[in-house]
Amino acid sequence: MTDRPEHLDLATFRARLGEGEGPEYWRTLDELAQDPSFEEMLRLEFPREAAALGEGVDRRDFLRLMSASLAMGGLAACTPQAEETIVPYVNAPERIIPGKPLFYASAMEMDGVGLGVLVESHMGRPTKIEGNPEHPGSLGATDHFAQASILSLYDPDRSQTVRARGEVATWSAFVSALQSNLQPLRARGGEGLRILTEPVSSPTFADQMAKLRQRFPAAVWHTWQPVTGDDRRDGARLAFGRPVHTYHRFAEADVILSLDADFMMRGAGAVRYAREFADRRRVRKDKTEMNRLYVAEPMPTTTGTMADHRLAIQSAAIEELTRGIAAALGLGGEASSGQHATWIGAVARDLRAHAGRSLVIVGDSQPAAVHALAHAMNSALGNVGRTVFYTEPLEANPVPQMSSLRALVADMKAGRVEILMVLGGNPAFSAPYDFGFAAAMNRVPFRVHLSNYYDETSARSHWHIPAAQYLEAWSDVRAYDGTVSIVQPLIQPLYGGRSIHEMAGALSEDVRSGHDIVRDYWRETSGAGSGFEAFWNRSLHDGIVAGTAFPPLALSAGTLPPREEPERWGGPEVVLRPDPMIHDGRFANNAWLQELPKPITKLTWDNTAHVSRATAAAMGLSNGDVVEITAGHWSAEIPIWIVPGHANDSFTVYYGYGAERTGTIARGIGSNLQPLRTMGSGDLLRNASVRKSAKKMRLATVQEHHALSYEMSEGAGARRDIIRSGTISQYVANPRFADEPGHELEGGPSLYPPWPYPGNAWAMVIDTNVCTGCGICTIACQSENSIPVVGKEQVLAGREMHWIRTDHYYKGSPDSDALEMFNMPVPCMHCENAPCEPVCPVQATTHSDEGLNDMTYNRCIGTRYCSNNCPYKVRRFNFLSFPDYETESYKLMRNPDVTVRSRGVMEKCTYCVQRINAGRIEAEKEGRPIRDGEVVPACAQACPTRAIVFGNKNDENSEVARLRSEPLNYGLLTELNTQPRTTYLGSLKNPNPELAPAGAPATAGHAES
Amino acid sequence: MSSNDLNPPHPQVASRLEQAPTITPGHTFGSITDKISTIVLTRRTPPGWFIGFGVAFLLLMMMLNAIGWLLIKGIGTWGNNVPVGWAFDIINFVWWIGIGHAGTLISAILLLLRQSWRTSINRFAEAMTLFAVACAGIFPALHVGRPWFAYWLFPYPNTMALWPQFRSPLMWDVFAVSTYATVSALFWYIGLVPDFATLRDRANSRIWKIAYGMLSLGWRGSAKHWYRYETAYLLLAGLATPLVLSVHTIVSFDFATSVIPGWHSTFFPPYFVAGAVYAGFAMVLTLAIPVRRAFGLEDFITARHLDNMAKIMLTTGLIVAYAYVMEVFFSWYSGNIFEMYMMFNRAFGPYWWAYWLLILCNIIVPQSLWLRKVRSSPVTLFIVAMFVNVGMWLERFVIIVVSLHRDFLPSSWGMYSPTRWDFMLFFGTIGLFLTLLFLFVRFLPMISIFEMRTLLPEAQVHED
Amino acid sequence: MIPKTPHYGMMAEFDDPTSLVEAAERAREHGFTRMDAFTPFPVEGLHEAIGFHHTRLPMIVLTGGIIGFITGFGMQYFAQVIHYPLNIGGKPLNSWPAFVPIAFEVTILFAAFAAIFGMLGLNGLPEPYHPVFNVSRFAFASRDQFFLLIEANDPKFQQEETRRFLQSLNPLEVNDVPW
Repeated sequence: MTDRPEHLDLATFRARLGEGEGPEYWRTLDELAQDPSFEEMLRLEFPREAAALGEGVDRRDFLRLMSASLAMGGLAACTPQAEETIVPYVNAPERIIPGKPLFYASAMEMDGVGLGVLVESHMGRPTKIEGNPEHPGSLGATDHFAQASILSLYDPDRSQTVRARGEVATWSAFVSALQSNLQPLRARGGEGLRILTEPVSSPTFADQMAKLRQRFPAAVWHTWQPVTGDDRRDGARLAFGRPVHTYHRFAEADVILSLDADFMMRGAGAVRYAREFADRRRVRKDKTEMNRLYVAEPMPTTTGTMADHRLAIQSAAIEELTRGIAAALGLGGEASSGQHATWIGAVARDLRAHAGRSLVIVGDSQPAAVHALAHAMNSALGNVGRTVFYTEPLEANPVPQMSSLRALVADMKAGRVEILMVLGGNPAFSAPYDFGFAAAMNRVPFRVHLSNYYDETSARSHWHIPAAQYLEAWSDVRAYDGTVSIVQPLIQPLYGGRSIHEMAGALSEDVRSGHDIVRDYWRETSGAGSGFEAFWNRSLHDGIVAGTAFPPLALSAGTLPPREEPERWGGPEVVLRPDPMIHDGRFANNAWLQELPKPITKLTWDNTAHVSRATAAAMGLSNGDVVEITAGHWSAEIPIWIVPGHANDSFTVYYGYGAERTGTIARGIGSNLQPLRTMGSGDLLRNASVRKSAKKMRLATVQEHHALSYEMSEGAGARRDIIRSGTISQYVANPRFADEPGHELEGGPSLYPPWPYPGNAWAMVIDTNVCTGCGICTIACQSENSIPVVGKEQVLAGREMHWIRTDHYYKGSPDSDALEMFNMPVPCMHCENAPCEPVCPVQATTHSDEGLNDMTYNRCIGTRYCSNNCPYKVRRFNFLSFPDYETESYKLMRNPDVTVRSRGVMEKCTYCVQRINAGRIEAEKEGRPIRDGEVVPACAQACPTRAIVFGNKNDENSEVARLRSEPLNYGLLTELNTQPRTTYLGSLKNPNPELAPAGAPATAGHAES
Repeated sequence: MSSNDLNPPHPQVASRLEQAPTITPGHTFGSITDKISTIVLTRRTPPGWFIGFGVAFLLLMMMLNAIGWLLIKGIGTWGNNVPVGWAFDIINFVWWIGIGHAGTLISAILLLLRQSWRTSINRFAEAMTLFAVACAGIFPALHVGRPWFAYWLFPYPNTMALWPQFRSPLMWDVFAVSTYATVSALFWYIGLVPDFATLRDRANSRIWKIAYGMLSLGWRGSAKHWYRYETAYLLLAGLATPLVLSVHTIVSFDFATSVIPGWHSTFFPPYFVAGAVYAGFAMVLTLAIPVRRAFGLEDFITARHLDNMAKIMLTTGLIVAYAYVMEVFFSWYSGNIFEMYMMFNRAFGPYWWAYWLLILCNIIVPQSLWLRKVRSSPVTLFIVAMFVNVGMWLERFVIIVVSLHRDFLPSSWGMYSPTRWDFMLFFGTIGLFLTLLFLFVRFLPMISIFEMRTLLPEAQVHED
Repeated sequence: MIPKTPHYGMMAEFDDPTSLVEAAERAREHGFTRMDAFTPFPVEGLHEAIGFHHTRLPMIVLTGGIIGFITGFGMQYFAQVIHYPLNIGGKPLNSWPAFVPIAFEVTILFAAFAAIFGMLGLNGLPEPYHPVFNVSRFAFASRDQFFLLIEANDPKFQQEETRRFLQSLNPLEVNDVPW
């Protein structure tokens, strides 16, 4: 920077940005930022931004400006791959072939638990997340968070530079500032140094903290995040007197009792659990036994829809229920005589009958006592070691989080904290409202915040460090069973983010890169010695470190937890739950997740208070009415959504919305429920009052709720033969009930001869019996096919673009426990007699010789006739210019094998034709037919329960051909003679004969329900 | 039965004819010629014309505005969505095309049926047809997502060997509508040629002489010409008759050949054609009644004409009513849950008002036409015609939107609500229609002069 | 063309169709063959009166229609079966029932063209100049007057004799028609 022109212009600025690359690049940028002539340049190039600079930097404008300059620097246009050698999953990195993606194993950490993933990388740009088949927590599938994380990576709203008191600064400046502030503390053994992290299971980080403790014995490591899981820990303490991690093996469980646990979608191991559960549920010609699932929960969940017997019950009443079951199992306590006596009796008998092959699981939002009861029951049933396993805690710092945070706040208020390092999270916004965390924070002399966004907490910190996303930085993380995965980055930090390891390094004057920190740790501890290179490569390649799973602990819990008299309360209960899509709010700026319809309600872009029909009727509430929820002297407003099957006198509200500084998308949407999340409350508000306000809000659901009334009154799903369901006994009696005459795939007679498909004939079978309705297929498809989001207004207008949707149907009386729920993913049916094709006037949609219903985007002029004539309404139209062509970073994210569709063009599911073609090319190179399972569409690949199977129906050995020959196989609306290639397997329940109806007789043919 | 039958008609009929002839007695060849041609040739333009034209022109500008915005932003500015992929765009298209049927019907079919009373209104009706088709044509072109590629709908040689998909009813529309427009235009122009000759010989300014002279192609009324001319005119009528029937039949195929409940129906063609004639005559009345008043043409467009048109409306209206009843019957008789729900949803779903309003406008109100009082009073007749205009628009709304918004899978049901751009474009086309109409009545003879001459008794050759 | 005769012909004016038709018939009886009549509207039987009996127009229209149908169907068959065959919704390439509507429309279109341009062609229109326009009274042929023309190149045409003959039909007046 010696030869600085007195007047710096854009060109030279761009040139100077161009000079450096990698870390050096950032130095250049930092210097520039400090350079006075930089501001001069601003005034010339961006008068508006410069004005903003004038009156004290408006952070957002500055951010926008910075990102603009990044674009100019051409950084986004070509991001270098991580310098350190990382090992690709299949190919060696030097074999990078343009247009040919490479896959790398890594792991995504959430709530301290790792999910093994394979990251698809095009020319060094991560574009798609898949599950890692070798990872115990994934088995090849992912959750929706992993799918969406790719969008978070390229989020232009992410914090893009180190800031000191809001001004652009440098990492080096931060390190020196930190050290100088640490100086006085050294003498006192680091007293006054506080580190607040979210739960971390990284062995490396644990090791770093241990070393740090040696330097600063008096330093304290606090752990807290909005979704604490404290009750789970406390439950373990109650049962075993020590923190213990529990995991389950559903593969071994014949009878499962889920107490308010949405184990198929939430919490550690959800992906694995869903898979194991589903594997025990697939009914085939030769396999007619199913597991049985009892669910007791207030708000219907994905798990609830799978239940054979679902009890809609207040969250607060579940402890009573559980004690009843425990008593019936002979664990003491007086037997229940309540309204649920029969249910309790039947469940208990069923559990005992399957002792050792049963399983009781409890949701995080249940009080410690219920967890303890479950431990006791599992022990008594001899499930421990068979279906239930206890291990050391996954987290490196398994403290009770609420009290940990409370202690921190107390110390901050008392001025006992001199250095506060907040590593991740946004406690200034999300900490319990009455803690006054933000205020307390201001009393800390030196505050540092590592985070994705320059958020509420950053704004209150002296130093803000942009966090590196898991695809950008080295780390390691434990899976639900303790197995460690090395997190290997695929891309240089887009915005110079730092990892927690580097932050810990900065504390201990450790200048090593994140890569070296992790690698050195494993060199020390792996014990591989000279064979370390091999060990390291193997671990990176497989995505797991062999033999790191925790050994099960031989524990058993005999004693029942003491029962404290359940406090009486008036009015309905209010249950607080993290939003299923944006979780505790960390994904609030992720448009894919915001627009992904939430299970059951199919709502997008908002959080709501869910309530049963009866309670809503009693309170005169209808969908969209805004209610004011008051607990103590705190209150919040949120719109109502009526959910059939919800427990009465109970409101389930999703929190996570409301943060104002976590991105432009997150700002101003949803309802902020922070005021209700107070010290005492936990997840259950007993003394809340719910009052209807005058306000009404338009809520964007993708499944018209007018249809619901018809659906409920007529059971349309069944009446219209859309859903074919029955019980396992009905299936045994008549296996073909789902596919009775009049519904056969061949459809009726036709004047025209059938079109021959001699070669491959692609087909898809979707097993409604194991579909949980989680929507992961939808978001996987969105990522694979570069499907744009349209925003709340357009969803309201009925213009969402998802290529595969999951429909939700009911059967039975909406207010009884006999209410059954069904999920049906609907992609394009690729009908052999596609009604959409003959009506297209320009041959934009035609049939391929492998039976795909192809769209030729370039030829489409957008008459929308095809969509009108599609009985399944799976076609999507670009009513406006939906794709974001401007944002540079999104250009990196899109799948280069898929066209970005312009305005005025129809689009739809292609069976991931780009993957089929890739597979064909491989096969042809090797001169062989495409193998079964070689081509897997994004939806099928991501599905945790393997509900979607794709393949060549002409190959009678293919799985899809076998499934199409299953008696449960049926087609949708085949009476129209569309001859769909996508077919469904009927849905079965396995009711307990003791408990009367899991619904009515099998509904197929024209059976009424 | 024409007023100039030679053998004396039945006395009762005769009395009816006295009170309502097709042309008021006392006119001569000359008087007819002058009365009609002066409307065009007179220098003075009535101030009312300027006002009306101004209003129409403003509406036309609004249409251009709406089209501009559409091209900039896209179809998303309308209310259309999935499942309701078609709404105002196709409703208006079908509505206008329907209106465009009366003209050719009057000039062709009534000609073949030797209904000489048609002569005084056919020119006018044909013009209306042309303008209505012009308005209709706008929508298929603009309703596509990428209008700048709308020309792909035409079969033209191209290096990519890409052709339209001729199995698509939309392609059938393209051919039907463009053929219809072409043939009606030629038909209309050929009918004008002898009158252009008249204007040529009447015009007293050189420019107009030349202008009309060119348009008249040098017509000189030679007996041989007249003979071939009449042959051609008759043949054209013979061709136009199946054509006009085919156009709305094909438009109805857009729906009938699809699978959507409420569309997929075999009796759409006759139902649509009847509806088209119904709408067409309603529009002819809507326009003829004020025009004959404004230009004092009561002598030529007499109560007899209004009465006849009213009767045709009543008849076609009854056919349409029958179709409505049949729709209900079929949906019940099919025993198909989708069909049954479709009908239920029309009558009692969220758009129930459209259905019942349609019944009111198209079935109940027109029954008043049974009364001669209503038929003989231009005012009441005008009101009834207006009801039918609205009713026929609603019919298309019900068929298109209400069928689409709830089809097979309840999960994909949706609601539709138009935006202001939908309305601007719709009323804009009405502006276009009126603008063209105002220009027509000002610059062309709105009644066929030479055919009016033939209505006079002295036009007959008396053998003796 | 070079006029062989001093005039194009001679023209008699009448004020009603009946007398015109009578006059025309008388003229034919008298042996005239090359004549024409001009009227403001088609007059029944006039064309026979001047000895003009049939026109080829219907044949032309029929031919147009047939060509139209072949073109219409041929275009579709060529496009969908020969030139660029595609599998559209599993329908056969030659799904002829779907080709009927367009074939029909094109048939009508061509037939209509044949009718109109055939008529104009046979009538020799457009024909901006014609000698008859030189007669000042002829302007009324498009209003309310009726004219009988004997062409000069009629074998029986002699200036004086023909004038006398026309006078004998008691017309309003008789005029020479100059070139």
